[in-house]
Amino acid sequence: MSKVAIIDYGMGNLRSVAKAIEHVATAATVVVTADPAEVLSADRVVFPGQGAMPDCMRELDARNLRPAVLEAARNKPFLGICIGQQMLFDHSEEGNVPGLGIFKGEVRRFPADKMVAADGARLKVPHMGWNEVWQKQAHPLWAGIPDGARFYYVHSYYVDPADPAIVAATTDYGIPFTGAVAQANIFAIQFHPEKSAQAGLQLLSNFMSWKP
Amino acid sequence: MLAKRIIPCLDVNAGRVVKGVNFLELRDAGDPVEVARRYDEQGADEITFLDITASSDDRNIILHVVEQVAEQVFIPLTVGGGVRTVDDVRRLLNAGADKVSINTAAVNNPQVVADAAHKVGSQCIVVAIDAKQVAPGKWEVFTHGGRNRTGLDAVEWAQKVAELGAGEILLTSMDRDGTKNGFDLGLTRAVSDAISIPVIASGGVGSLDHLADGVTLGRADAVLAASIFHFGDHTVREAKELMRARGIEVRL
Repeated sequence: MSKVAIIDYGMGNLRSVAKAIEHVATAATVVVTADPAEVLSADRVVFPGQGAMPDCMRELDARNLRPAVLEAARNKPFLGICIGQQMLFDHSEEGNVPGLGIFKGEVRRFPADKMVAADGARLKVPHMGWNEVWQKQAHPLWAGIPDGARFYYVHSYYVDPADPAIVAATTDYGIPFTGAVAQANIFAIQFHPEKSAQAGLQLLSNFMSWKP
Repeated sequence: MLAKRIIPCLDVNAGRVVKGVNFLELRDAGDPVEVARRYDEQGADEITFLDITASSDDRNIILHVVEQVAEQVFIPLTVGGGVRTVDDVRRLLNAGADKVSINTAAVNNPQVVADAAHKVGSQCIVVAIDAKQVAPGKWEVFTHGGRNRTGLDAVEWAQKVAELGAGEILLTSMDRDGTKNGFDLGLTRAVSDAISIPVIASGGVGSLDHLADGVTLGRADAVLAASIFHFGDHTVREAKELMRARGIEVRL
């Protein structure tokens, strides 16, 4: 039986993520944990995050979870969500903090001068709501999810990878931005699958059966 | 393109969904989990719970409601009603709410908006503003269901709470609430144009066209309605089909 660890470093409510995974993988053991040993003994790891990235990095280190996250990201099926995606990168404009540096690239704020819709209306920040996710590479986590399916986003910053080959999906909001990245055993998304109804549940189900 | 959101709002009293009939009596309208699930199936983009429980003894019941709904309905949940402190916000988020809406407490103590946003992130903090027109092109913030004046200008108040860290505004016209005459589009547009965070229009929806008007004329980012969906007049899906036919981007 598969055990999935949802890493809890005190930033935000992880109950929804846990419940959504339990919903799609009834046989799995789902643990929400701040214990590095639990993370390392899991078969799969979910790395969520909410709030501001500087706070997330600080709380992660305050719980001494960084080594376990880096280790899990080396070899386990690993799903980063929201700030848990952003933290995988080198650096964030938010609070000018370094990230974990697993991926090269910068986390940027939506540029105020580009926040204009095609019809001239002003686009609000945070980018909040259901937007189309355009798949940029075939991937087992997209199985059964139509290209352009809508997922629920809520964020003001997005990742800008140095290597375009890791971009797994983009979304348009004033600018096209990277909504998902993928490399080997890592899949990381800006949107919230646990809040994205059927499409989100399908993605979580795909993650739970993924064999990278 | 980002879709405009349709948000059904459920009044919850002591753990049950209730419907007001002619402002006089509250009728039981079912189990919150079942009602939420039905709206999810119809394609609701979010669900808002307004806790109208009067007795403070029963206020923890809403936490159990949120827990149960969040276990079975995988779209964003907003909860408001009686939220006073950062602790109230945290309890609701921990129960499974994605956003918490603060109304009177923000007026009484604006710092609670800043403190809550700092603690849990702006994306979780909605400030609910109840406004009444007091002069042409001028709206004042009211509390306690429109009974108490605050002296605050609605547009300026929206700007202030956005600066304090609110992630979204739930804007209700107390002039229109319950009338079925449509949103106060002047109010909606004035607030939406003045701030850079999303605005949810509320109060007065009597037809599906009113929802579309809130987006096209009021420039709302989302529209909230209660009775039009509760009484079975229309489904969320019908609302979205009409909005799409009027050229509005929706999730269908």
